[in-house]
Amino acid sequence: VTPTTKVKPRVSSEGSSTAISAGTLKDELVARLRRDRPVLLKEWVQAMAADDGLWMGATTPEQELDSEAIYDACVDCLDNGSYAAAEAYADRMAQRAVLGVMQYERVLSGMLTLRDAFWHSMSRHYLTEPDRLAGALKAFEPVANKILLIVAMAFNSERERVVLRQQEAIRELSTPVLKVRDQLLILPVIGLIDSERALQLTEQLLSSIREYRARAVVMDVTGVAAIDSKVANHLIQTVDAARLLGTTVIVTGISAAIALTIVTIGVDLSRIQTVGDLQGGIDLADRLLGYGAMAKVSDPGPIVPSTAV
Amino acid sequence: MPVPILAQAPYLIASVQSALTDADLVDLQDNLLREAQRRRSQGVVVDVTALDVMDSFSTRTLQSLAAMLQLRGVEMVIVGIQPGVALAMVQLGLTMLGVRTALDLEEGLVYLQAGSQGRADRGQ
Repeated sequence: VTPTTKVKPRVSSEGSSTAISAGTLKDELVARLRRDRPVLLKEWVQAMAADDGLWMGATTPEQELDSEAIYDACVDCLDNGSYAAAEAYADRMAQRAVLGVMQYERVLSGMLTLRDAFWHSMSRHYLTEPDRLAGALKAFEPVANKILLIVAMAFNSERERVVLRQQEAIRELSTPVLKVRDQLLILPVIGLIDSERALQLTEQLLSSIREYRARAVVMDVTGVAAIDSKVANHLIQTVDAARLLGTTVIVTGISAAIALTIVTIGVDLSRIQTVGDLQGGIDLADRLLGYGAMAKVSDPGPIVPSTAV
Repeated sequence: MPVPILAQAPYLIASVQSALTDADLVDLQDNLLREAQRRRSQGVVVDVTALDVMDSFSTRTLQSLAAMLQLRGVEMVIVGIQPGVALAMVQLGLTMLGVRTALDLEEGLVYLQAGSQGRADRGQ
């Protein structure tokens, strides 16, 4: 970790000889933390090992590398007040944590242990000078807090990123449009329908209708846990939009409980063709499309030249 | 820009080529009604594939055109509404209830040929 900016406020002690300048104290602290690095590092790693270990499962070289890097990053933060390097390192750490190498609690407790190690070192050193100890703490505390905050935020945002990614994946997975036979599509809807998903579902259905030149769609809502007025309106919109493309939508799989809810809350679904189950829906679609009771899937018969156009 | 109206056996095909002004739409309505009467057409297909926007005025005009033609026993089909346009229309509440729609010109003609029972075989 290389400090990006080296701006050390050199405060001269000319002004008053008795008062201890905060800048001087900080410089002194930084210099000492750098000098005592091997001792403090060892102390820290031992404290962590006693506390179940921050790097459980990591190899020893990895542990050494990590602890040194974290130590240096913290001292650099204290030294030059720039947190960019620490933020970058925390982000990397969070990414590894989400992959399962490190655990959030362990990392946080590790950082707290490091803070304790620094604190012990300071109190040992300034045992006889409470004024200087207070000054050093004043310089140290805000930096330590800020570092802890950075670590916590890094983990938090990494977790949020993962959740977003997973939501995206679930959304992609959950709206397949399947072609059963010529001009007939099936759209199984599973899970929760919110406005965003309803829109995506409609878009996907409409583009599939175009692509497969479908004239009928069976939309199966068996997998939808609950339907309220909002969801029902989304369904109506989807059906209307498909109708504008000349496609009939048949909704199937509305369970008894959901039917009861819909009637109780007074949603009017009479514009939508509904059938009890998927099988019935496909039968109805077949009739609409002109497939006979014996569906001509396996044997399309001789192709009669169409006089349509 | 006026909309060309093509005669195809017993049907008329109005193929919209570019965005329509309100005046264009009214002209289209008049021309189609006149042509349908003159040629004794059985059906009319309005192809809106080229339209990126369908607003309330165009929707209402087409809807009343369909009703007018129906009074003369002529069936009208609107074809080629783009998926995005359909979505936007539904969100605006323009569902064009009572107007027959089809995916494209071919499907529209197939529908007209199959008669007005709403049953459309593809000729196989």
